[in-house]
Amino acid sequence: MNIPEPSPAAPTKIVVRDLNFYYGKFQALKSINLDIPERHVTAFIGPSGCGKSTLLRTFNRMFELYPEQRAEGSILLDGENLLTSKQDVALIRARIGMLFQKPTPFPMSIFDNIAFGVKLFENLSRIDLEERVEWALRKAALWDEVKDKLSQNGTSLSGGQQQRLCIARGIAIKPELLLLDEPCSALDPISTARIEELIAELKKDYTVIIVTHNMQQAARVSDHTAYMYLGELIEFGETEQMFLKPARRETEDYITGRFG
Amino acid sequence: MRPNLKISNALADRLFGFAARGAALLTLALLSGIIISLVMGAWPAIREFGIGFLTHNAWDPVREDFGGLAMICGTLATSFIALLIAVPVSFGIALFLTELAPAWLKRPLGTAIELLAAVPSIVYGMWGLMVFGPVLGRYVQQPLQSLLGDVPFLGALVSGPPVGIGILSASIILSIMIIPFIASVMRDVFEVTPPLLKESAYGLGATTWEVVWHVVLPYTKTGVLGGIMLGLGRALGETMAVTFVIGNMNQLNSISLFDPANTITSTLANEFAEAAPGLHQASLIYLGLVLFLITFMVLICSRLLLMRLKKNEGKRV
Repeated sequence: MNIPEPSPAAPTKIVVRDLNFYYGKFQALKSINLDIPERHVTAFIGPSGCGKSTLLRTFNRMFELYPEQRAEGSILLDGENLLTSKQDVALIRARIGMLFQKPTPFPMSIFDNIAFGVKLFENLSRIDLEERVEWALRKAALWDEVKDKLSQNGTSLSGGQQQRLCIARGIAIKPELLLLDEPCSALDPISTARIEELIAELKKDYTVIIVTHNMQQAARVSDHTAYMYLGELIEFGETEQMFLKPARRETEDYITGRFG
Repeated sequence: MRPNLKISNALADRLFGFAARGAALLTLALLSGIIISLVMGAWPAIREFGIGFLTHNAWDPVREDFGGLAMICGTLATSFIALLIAVPVSFGIALFLTELAPAWLKRPLGTAIELLAAVPSIVYGMWGLMVFGPVLGRYVQQPLQSLLGDVPFLGALVSGPPVGIGILSASIILSIMIIPFIASVMRDVFEVTPPLLKESAYGLGATTWEVVWHVVLPYTKTGVLGGIMLGLGRALGETMAVTFVIGNMNQLNSISLFDPANTITSTLANEFAEAAPGLHQASLIYLGLVLFLITFMVLICSRLLLMRLKKNEGKRV
């Protein structure tokens, strides 16, 4: 296992140590160790079922919604262990935005979709709330397309717009970390390109982790890449390094398409 | 061989389509048949009392003076109170079953609630009359009377002899009877909410309550409203259990929740067998027609409400 020394330019945001994860009796993650640098994009790649989404979902304890799933080990976010934290899980999740394979606009207006998360934790005046919604929509590069129809239902937007709406919803609560679980798998190439541009923009302010089954996408958007296989972290390093000269034979086989 | 097979398939398809259409039309025919026979049966009373039947409070078979106001009020009041009790309880049940219950409890509890619907209504009626009513009178009404007896409005709400039969008993029995319907519809529609949608809300840091109230409920509002209407329809039409516990007295003088009253269905159940042909019988049929129209209007109102909800969807609040 190769754990990179955190470079001085990028302090470590998340430290994963000896993380095991179980779906009932099935072990889906096997002693994962990983250091994720702050304000960079880290990609998780690997064949289906390798555990990359599972790993992502441990970071905001989403697995706790399902009683048969459990995690062991430690995930330190800024030094605090998320798995054993006494802090309310809702407060932890509010520090972490998440985006899913498919856009999931809430059944309410575009405005309320974004205001929903904000209102859970902050008591803003109407004007501040409107400002925040506009800020989030601008950040997600959606403002110009929706500014005249904020009262329309979020589901009336196109798939790509919906996904950007979900990004806006995620960043409106000012998280520190963004988890993207195959965010482009339901989108057309043009929408995908827009989301990728957006990811490049977002890493200035946020630590971004993206799960993708598209290796070109990982190569395009990420600074670091983790290759996983059958629940194990095979290799983790700088993306360029990994795609040009992977250290492990298994990684090379996967990214050159001989396998997977 | 093949072309023949094709032809016979096409024929079978047409036959099937014909049969399906026939089944649908049969419903329509039955419905209009029932309406027509109701109107015909009620005609003498309609001619005699007209629309004033609905606002006239009298029921005197001897002088042949009939008006349905007391029964209509009784029906609406018991159904409304039943919904008031059943909807929040059903929501809680559905929320618990879909979001909170441990896996091993979900199935037995869900089945138990559905079994409530399998209890024959007459059993509810007997249980209400023999067991529940007296308990309600002694342990709820009497304490309330000694507590609120002198308070102007609230005192009147709980006045009357504590025998335990009356509007509230009927409403509570009704609510128990419609809870399984509303709860199981709510549970089913909550369950079809996409997990990703719920996870998105949880991911923002929402609590279970916030997820269900702000995301699951708006997403499933059509189904939830459908379930409530199913329950209301059932409550409006329920006869046997209500007849046992309502007290069967045509009165509008008291607003007490514990006073006996009458509903359309309980009046029909009590009097239909003994009613002499003529104005009495026609008036009873007229009552039946009114109940039919009330149910029909409830259905229309729920449609309108759904359309409004759809139109207002996403409007800023």
